[in-house]
This record gives sequence, C-alpha cells and structure tokens, in this order.
Amino acid sequence: MVTPSTNARRAGPATGSRSFLSRLRDGDEVARLLTLLFAAAVVLITVAIVYQLWADSALSRHKFGWKFFFSSVWDPVFDQFGALPFIYGTLVTSAVGLCLAVPLGLGAAIFLSELAPPKVSDTLTFFIDLLAAVPSVIYGLLGVFLLVPLMRENIQPFLKAALGFLPLFSGPAYGLGFLTAGIVLAVMILPFIISVSREVLLSVPREQREAALALGSTRWESAWKVVVPFARTGIFGSIFLALARALGETMAVTMVIGNTPKIAASLFAPGYSIAAVIANEFTEATGDLYLHALIELGLVLFLLTFILNGLARLLILLTERRGAEVRA
Amino acid sequence: MTARLLWRKGLSAVMLTLTGVCALLALSLLFFILGYLVYHGGRSVNWDFFTKLPAPVGEPGGGMANAILGSAKLLLLASLIGVPIGFFGGVYLAEFGGRTAGFFVRYAADLLNGTPSIVIGIFAYALLVLPFKHFSTFAGAFALGIMMIPITLRSTEDFLRSVPRELREGALALGASKWRAIASVVIPAAYRGILTAVLLAVARVAGETAPLLFTAFSNRFWSPGWNQPTASLPVMIYTYAVSPYEDWHRQAWAAGVVLLALVLLINILARTVLARGVSVPRQ
Repeated sequence: MVTPSTNARRAGPATGSRSFLSRLRDGDEVARLLTLLFAAAVVLITVAIVYQLWADSALSRHKFGWKFFFSSVWDPVFDQFGALPFIYGTLVTSAVGLCLAVPLGLGAAIFLSELAPPKVSDTLTFFIDLLAAVPSVIYGLLGVFLLVPLMRENIQPFLKAALGFLPLFSGPAYGLGFLTAGIVLAVMILPFIISVSREVLLSVPREQREAALALGSTRWESAWKVVVPFARTGIFGSIFLALARALGETMAVTMVIGNTPKIAASLFAPGYSIAAVIANEFTEATGDLYLHALIELGLVLFLLTFILNGLARLLILLTERRGAEVRA
Repeated sequence: MTARLLWRKGLSAVMLTLTGVCALLALSLLFFILGYLVYHGGRSVNWDFFTKLPAPVGEPGGGMANAILGSAKLLLLASLIGVPIGFFGGVYLAEFGGRTAGFFVRYAADLLNGTPSIVIGIFAYALLVLPFKHFSTFAGAFALGIMMIPITLRSTEDFLRSVPRELREGALALGASKWRAIASVVIPAAYRGILTAVLLAVARVAGETAPLLFTAFSNRFWSPGWNQPTASLPVMIYTYAVSPYEDWHRQAWAAGVVLLALVLLINILARTVLARGVSVPRQ
C-alpha cells in the first residue's frame, strides 16, 4: 500500500534525488533490480553460448588451425577433420535457395505493396506468415516423400536433357542432393523475403509513387524504377535475413541433401551441410577431438549468421529511416 | 510514340500480372502443403495414434502417445524458463532500462534470435547433458526456452512502449509508485499483445527438432519425471521419416498432420482472436 507519508514525500520537489533506501521501500528499486536480473540473464546466456562454442572447440582449433577450413578430409576414424565440404554444401544450397526465392519473393512483395488493395494485401500476408510458421521438419517430410522422387524421376532428367551441357546439371540423378536441398530452402525462406520486403516497400513514401505516376510513368515503371530502388537497401536486408535462416536451417536440409561429405560441381550430387553434419554426428561423436570439431562447425555457423543478421538489420533500419526522413 | 507507349503499357500489364502470379504461387504453396499433408497423413490419425506407445521395431501399429505428452512437457517447461526471462527482461527494457544497458540487452536478444537452433542445442548439450552424462527432458526444454526469450522480450518491450503515456501518468498522478503503475495499469493495458507474442513463441518452438536431437533425445517408452530422455513429436517425425519401414512412414505423416495442425491453430488463434487491434510481431 502507498502510505500518505510517502505520497507527501514524492510530491516534494526533491523527487529525483530520493535516497536509495526510500526508493527501495516504495518497491520501485526492488522492481528495477528484479527486472534487471532477468534482462541481465539474456545477456549472460548469449555470452555463455559464445564462450561455450569457443572453449569447447579448443582442441580442434589448436590442432587444425586455419587448415580446418581448407581441408576436405572428414575422417573420424583417423581423427582428421576438415570443414570444407560442409561449408561448401551450406553455401551452395543457400545460394540455390536464394536464386529461386528472391525473384519470386520480390515479385510477390511488389504485388502485395503496390497492386493489391490494403485489405487483400493484409489477408494474403496473414497466409504468408502462416507459411513461415510451418515447422522445418514438415518441409523435410514433404521433401523426402514428395520432392525427392519427383526430382529423381522428372525434374532432374528434364534438366539434364535441357541443360546437360553445363557441369551444374550433369551426373546421375539421385533425387537427394544440393539442388533438392536448395529447392526446399527456397520454399522455407520465401515467406520471410515476402513479408520483410513488403514491409520495406510499404515504408517508401507515397509521394515517390505519385511523383512517378504524375510524370507519366506506368504503374510498373513507378514500382520497378522508383519504389524498388528507393527500398533497395531494405530489400537487400530481407535477403540477408533469409540467407541467415537458410544457412542455419537443419532438419529439412539434413533430410534431403544426401549426407555425403563431398564437394561436387554438379547440383545433382549428394552433399552435406554444416548444420546437417552436427545433427547427424553429434550424438555419435566418440572422442573429444571429434566433438570439438563438430562444435567448431557450430561456431562457424554462429559467426556466419551473426554477421549476416547484423548486416540485414542495419540495411533494413537504413531504408526505414530514409523513408521517414523523406516524409518528414 | 504510340508504339512506344503501347509497349510500355503492355510491359506494365505483363509484369504486374507476373507479380500477381508470384504472390499466388507463394500462397498456393501453403494450401498445397496443407492439402498434401492431410491427404497423406489424415487417414493415419486415429485413436491409436493418440493413446498407444510406439510398437516394437518391425511390428505394425502403435501410436505416439508418449511423444505427444513429451512435447507437451517440453513446451510447458520451456515456457516456464523462457517466458519469465523474456517478459521481465522486456519490462526492464521498456520501463527501467538506461541507454547503455538497454542496448546490450537488445543486442543480445537479436543475436539470440538469429542463432541457428542447432547451435542452441549444442549449448544445452554442453551445459545440461555432458555434465550429467544423460539426455533429459529438462535439457531439451532449456534449449527451447532459450529460443522463446528473444520473441517474448522484444514484443513485451514494444507493447509496453505502445501503451499511451497518459495512462501511465494518470496512475502516477493518483499517487501510485512506479512499479504499481506498471503492474496494475501498463501491463494490463498491453497484456493481449504480449500474450499473442508468447503464443507465437510457443508455436515456433513446438516444431523445433534440431535442438532436441541431442538434448531431449528420444524414447520409445514413457518418460517419467523431467530427468530422462523423452520422445517428442518433431523428433519422432524425423526418425520415422528417415527410417526404412513403410508403417513408420505412415505414422510420420500422421504426426506431421498433428504437429502442423497444432502449430497453425496456435498461430491463427493468436493472430486473429487475441491480436484483434494489435499489430502482430514478426518472428
């Protein structure tokens, strides 16, 4: 309860310089310290994650040094660990995913922000957000039983016939492999690209569009030559955000990439990714060096997504600030 | 000139139609996934699925009752770990936080939000599995709980900040101390938004598989207490889907239907019923 005496004290002019003890009695200081404790826990957990990844990969870091990133030998029996095939697989599948998802996502975002009436746009975005909520293991399930056979029987033979002269589309069609994993990733990151890009496009001031239209441009020209360039940095931000998701994606990729630590030029070939090898081998890792090598892979993954997320946030912030500035 | 104009107008029409096709394609993906899953798994969702333990390897039949209970336990404990940290941390950011401290907390939360789930699994493994030498429900829930923190924290902060200043000042003017104003005026005004965010966080971790693989692991039987490995729906889907048995594949589809229904239901509930009038945070 608030007593009259504390009330009177608070009403006085010296409110700002109340003693620590009296604030403690009001409960304000207690509340502040209590919530501070929880806020500090967030920082603590984050720091602990980084520290643990660093400390528990020490054996592998010391033994292999930079060679870890350039060696493609992954042989637990002889304690030889090189990360190159996994880094390659992660980058290739993410690149395939982006190549497929960015045009599609950007197109859909332009439709939602420039063409669709606000009500329709909001409803469609609601469904897109639901698509983003589908768990990755469900995508893996569909990948294994629907996409892999489809790739093996139909899509890969077709691509081979049409584009087989490129090394990218050569070799036997297993169904499992980089291309399949990339397609699954594309589906998974599509909703993120759409909803973030749409937001960024909507933050472009109305006057920009109206000026373009008033000068006689068509609606497409206003969208593509004025609105999209204005929001360019933010769109890149959304792409980076999606890329960070793709790099860290585990289950869906593990289920369709083929889990073979090899570097191959063909997208049809089976491969491996950083997250997939951690998922598959972590519980079976016998020996400290093996475990430390896997944790070092986790560290690499963490750093990659850390850098990308930072860049993405910066770019989105810059665009939204620019929109606000022009408007003001 | 007219030819040029015609070309531009034609291009505009074609390209705008294409953007519509893109949107339609993205949307149809959702309904295709839903439809395909229900078509393949719907038949296998039966009473046994919810009430029976997995059958011994090689025998057909059985269900996933233990995995359903396991998932429920994991989500409950994860919420008990993640929600208080996120909620009170968010209260700190919105109401008490200074600039420097606020920056660090926000930065840490963003970092946590972007951290791949498998990395959080490694962390939980090193902290709670390795020292005790066995997998446990608790370790799995700890990993999921960490994943719930950033969403809860940032949304709590956002929703508290969006409470009109006048409400706060009204309470203070009536003589309430700051924490009373927060607890009895500001938080009640923002609770719908915060609850929405918490539900979305639960939905997000409900489908997480990667951090459970080496924390909660799996179990073909009931998992009494909190200190033993436990089965969970997502991990069951994974194990069953990559197994060589036809009957397990069938059950993986059934589990997929149940999991997706759960996740989408929470999402729809949170976004439509609770979130009426509040803007839903993006995950």
